Amino acid sequence: MSTPHVLLGLLVDGPKHGYDLKRAHDLKLPRAKPVAFGQVYATLGRLVRDGLVVPAGQDRDAGPDRTSYELTEEGRKALKEWIAAVEAPMPHLSSVLLAKVVVALLVGDVNQAREYLAAQRAAHTTRLRELTGVKTDPDASLSDVIAADFGIAHLDADLRWLQTTLDRVADLHREVTTR
Amino acid sequence: MSYLSARGLVRSYGRTPALRGVNLDVEEGEIVAVTGPSGCGKSTLLHCLAGILRPDAGEVTYRGRRIDTLSEGARAALRRTEFGVLFQFGQLVAELTAAENVALPLLLAGTGRREARTAALSWLDRLGVADFADQRPGEMSGGQQQRCAVARALVTEPRVLFCDEPTGALDSLAGEQVLGHLVRLAREQRTTVVLVTHDVQVAAYGDREIMLRDGAADPTGLGTVAAQQ
Repeated sequence: MSTPHVLLGLLVDGPKHGYDLKRAHDLKLPRAKPVAFGQVYATLGRLVRDGLVVPAGQDRDAGPDRTSYELTEEGRKALKEWIAAVEAPMPHLSSVLLAKVVVALLVGDVNQAREYLAAQRAAHTTRLRELTGVKTDPDASLSDVIAADFGIAHLDADLRWLQTTLDRVADLHREVTTR
Repeated sequence: MSYLSARGLVRSYGRTPALRGVNLDVEEGEIVAVTGPSGCGKSTLLHCLAGILRPDAGEVTYRGRRIDTLSEGARAALRRTEFGVLFQFGQLVAELTAAENVALPLLLAGTGRREARTAALSWLDRLGVADFADQRPGEMSGGQQQRCAVARALVTEPRVLFCDEPTGALDSLAGEQVLGHLVRLAREQRTTVVLVTHDVQVAAYGDREIMLRDGAADPTGLGTVAAQQ
C-alpha cells in the first residue's frame, strides 16, 4: 500500500496535523496495519520536499506546537494519477505460500509440504471466519465491510490454491509411496 | 453425549460407496459447516443425519435417541416437528404466495389458518421480505425466494436446521444476505445448524468446519487414509 498517497487522500477535505492523519488513516483503513507516527512525519517531510503538500499553519491549542499540512495542486494531481493507475495484477501475499511449498518439494520433503499446506489452510480458514464475523457484525461500518470483503476474497483465492495443491501433492505422495 | 451424532455411518448407492464410516458430533446451538469436494459424501451425510436417508450401517443419535432405526413415518414426524431442511433452490410451491408457502408447514402440523398466516408474516418480516408476502415465487428474485425458503424452514422453530448449499444458486451479495439472516436468526433461536457447502466463504459463517474426504471425516486436512493408500 502506498502510504504517501493515502495521506494525500486524507488531506483532500482540508488541512490536518500529523496526529489527525494517523488517526484518520487507522479509522478509514481499519484492517490495514496501523501507521506509526514516525512514518507519518517522515512521509509528510518527503511530500513537502516534493511539493505535494505545504505547511498550513501552527496550532497551539493542545500542548506543543503542531503543524498542519494541506494539499498543493501538484499533490491533487499526483493523487488523481495514483488512483487512476492500474496495479500489476500480482498476488503479493501468496508468493510466500508458494515459495514455501516449492522449496519443500525441492528438498524432496513431500510430507513437510503437506503438513505445511494443511496447517496454512487451517490458519486461513480461522482468519476467514474472523473476517466473516467482522462483516456480519450489526455495528460494522461500510469501510469495515468492504475491507473485510477484500480480505475474504484474497483468503478465498489462497484457500482454493492451498486445497488444489494439497490434492496435487497427495497424488505425488501416493506415487512416491507406492512405487 | 452430543446433541446430534453419527457413528460409523456407511451408505452406498448401488456399488458406489458415498459414506465409508463417518463419525461426527454436533453440540446444541452450534453452527457446523460440513465441507469437501464434489462427491465426497457431504449431501448423503446430511440426508442421513436429517432422517431422509437410512444409512446401510452405523448410528445416528439425536438428543440421546437413535433415529436411523425409526420407521419412515416416525422420521417424517421428526422432520416436521424438530428438524428444518433448506436446499439450494426450487423448494417453494409456485402456485402459492410467499406467505402461503411459509405458512404451509404450520398448516400441515394442524395450526389454524389465521395463526399460521400471522406467524408466516412475522417470519417474512424478520427476513426482510414482508413486502413480498402476497407475491408468488415467480415474481421474486432468487435471493428473495431463498429468504422465503429460510422463513419456511424456521417457521416451525426447529431445533436443528439442515442446509444443503443454501446459497449455491445465488450471486455473492444475495447469498450473503440469506446467510446473514439465517445465521443471525439461528443464533437468536439457539437453533443447531448443519450447513453443507463446498464454498469456503459460506463455511466461514459456521463456528467450525468438518471436512469430508472420500466419504470419511478428514480432521487433519491431509486427506484420508483411503486417499493416501
